[in-house]
Amino acid sequence: MNNLQQKYTGEVEAILAKYPSDQKRSAVMPLLFLAQRQRGVVDRQSMNDIAEIVEISTTDVASIAGFYTLYYEEPDLPAGAVRFSAQGKESEGHPAVGKYRIQVCTDLPCALRGADTFLEKLSAYLGIRPGETTADGLITLEEVKCLAACDKAPMFQVQSGDGLKYYENQTIESAMKLVDALGIGG
Amino acid sequence: MSEMLLLRHRDIPEIANLDTYRQIGGFEAFQQAVTRMKPDEITEVVKASGLRGRGGAGFPTGMKWSFIDKKIYPHYVVANADESEPGTFKDREIMEGNPFQFLEGVAITAYAVGAQSAYIYLRGEFWQLARKLDQRIAEMHATRLLGDKLFGSPYSLRIHTHLGAGAYICGEETAMLESMEGKLGQPRLRPPFPPSYGLYGKPTIVNNVETLTNVPLIIARGAAWYRTFGTEKSPGVKIFSLSGCVNRPGNYELPLGTTFRELIFEHGAGIPEGRQIKAIMPAGASSSLIVANEQALDTSMDYESVPRVGAQLGSASVIVIDNSIGIDWLVNKTVHFFKHESCGKCTPCREGTYWMAHLTHRITTGKATVEDVDLLYEVASQMKGKCLCALGEFSIEAVLSGIERFREDFEARAKQVEYSE
Repeated sequence: MNNLQQKYTGEVEAILAKYPSDQKRSAVMPLLFLAQRQRGVVDRQSMNDIAEIVEISTTDVASIAGFYTLYYEEPDLPAGAVRFSAQGKESEGHPAVGKYRIQVCTDLPCALRGADTFLEKLSAYLGIRPGETTADGLITLEEVKCLAACDKAPMFQVQSGDGLKYYENQTIESAMKLVDALGIGG
Repeated sequence: MSEMLLLRHRDIPEIANLDTYRQIGGFEAFQQAVTRMKPDEITEVVKASGLRGRGGAGFPTGMKWSFIDKKIYPHYVVANADESEPGTFKDREIMEGNPFQFLEGVAITAYAVGAQSAYIYLRGEFWQLARKLDQRIAEMHATRLLGDKLFGSPYSLRIHTHLGAGAYICGEETAMLESMEGKLGQPRLRPPFPPSYGLYGKPTIVNNVETLTNVPLIIARGAAWYRTFGTEKSPGVKIFSLSGCVNRPGNYELPLGTTFRELIFEHGAGIPEGRQIKAIMPAGASSSLIVANEQALDTSMDYESVPRVGAQLGSASVIVIDNSIGIDWLVNKTVHFFKHESCGKCTPCREGTYWMAHLTHRITTGKATVEDVDLLYEVASQMKGKCLCALGEFSIEAVLSGIERFREDFEARAKQVEYSE
């Protein structure tokens, strides 16, 4: 058994059981989500493990991870590089991604209800541009595609280790309150 | 207010509980189907009801089912719950509010087409919803509504959820099947169509969530009853997702054939802050832009009438645009969406959306000339009919109709440049 199987024995089995026994490859996407659960990124070792479980090459697993936007690959670091977090300490987490990712939809229906202005104001409040992470490593602000909540714009989802939560019918005031609460709770 | 057929949780708030759903007759249609009807009889009832695919194409559902290849087994059913079209938010409400009617629809469809496995492909962002559906599927197993030898018959059925991971293209049915097979979500060349060559190369029926949610009531109450709603060629009810510049956005379940005027001005309570309606996109970001004149507002929203005002009904994701909005800005938004979501497999879409995005950006930032507007129109025209799937074909709808019908918005911006330079 490889690392991933040892860590999530029951879950790996349950995922494989969903698909015909000769179609293990179908498990690659759920297994990538599983590998990503703990640290928010998929590392190289997990890709090897998944490849072994579903009997395809690591390159194939990596191509799937690269194609779909909800998988976050751990960036390759040059040999000997030491990773620092914002606090200057060596970090186990992804250096570019905060604990909470605030993902604002700015597609057409949301934009017609002021999502662009909302994102600008939130960006100014956090002091970062979309795609950047706050200096304390807490919040990453992102501009994302349609989240199927067009009638409740401005809206965003917050992605974190605890899962994913929708915040709808937002104002800049309500969003600022939430951001402050994340800072206290986080 | 008339009875809801799909958004029934608005009438019966507890309908997401299995016990409540069964108390109001839930799963009786499935039991009746399995114990008293032949699979083909069900397909015939659905054909007679006139139900058409609610995902956007409007293809007759019963006819699709009848195309399933009966020489090759196993068969599969895949529910398309990849709802990702900007402006569309109906399937999410169905699956959250009235999940068992949807699951019963999946089950009846599976029985009708001889499938013993069904999958629900949900977009990755819906993972909490998928977890809830998993619990509900487990409840169905525990109460013998799923599993082996259902209702004492030889029929067995299992339903599983499968999560996508943030790719709009996976809503295209063959890209969805590729994705389920653990591959890149890129469309297949068609034909062959899924009813002959689908999941794992086996005959497969792919239906949208809303389509499937209609099925239990059609079986329970009959095709003639279903035809009392809607128009002759577009029978039944439809969930209209209303968004954009409107006072009361939201999902509205109404008979097909309801006018734009009724949806936008009665249900949606009109345009905010006294502004005027300017344009309508009836099928989300994939839609052509309709000039919102009196004739357009009086048009019935059904599969036959909407094309007469120059668009398609599609998924009925009605985006309202008022006179404060520049159509060049709007087209820049939709083109950037499609550029981001193009899967890269076919050249016209991959390159076309890229160049269109450059041009719309140049136009909206005031750096374009009138010739650039013509060039944008030319690039979009060159893509027409050459893309592998509907993503590329739909990416040009707003561009072409926008320039044809609202050219002044583009030129006004371009002319400003000439004066300023």
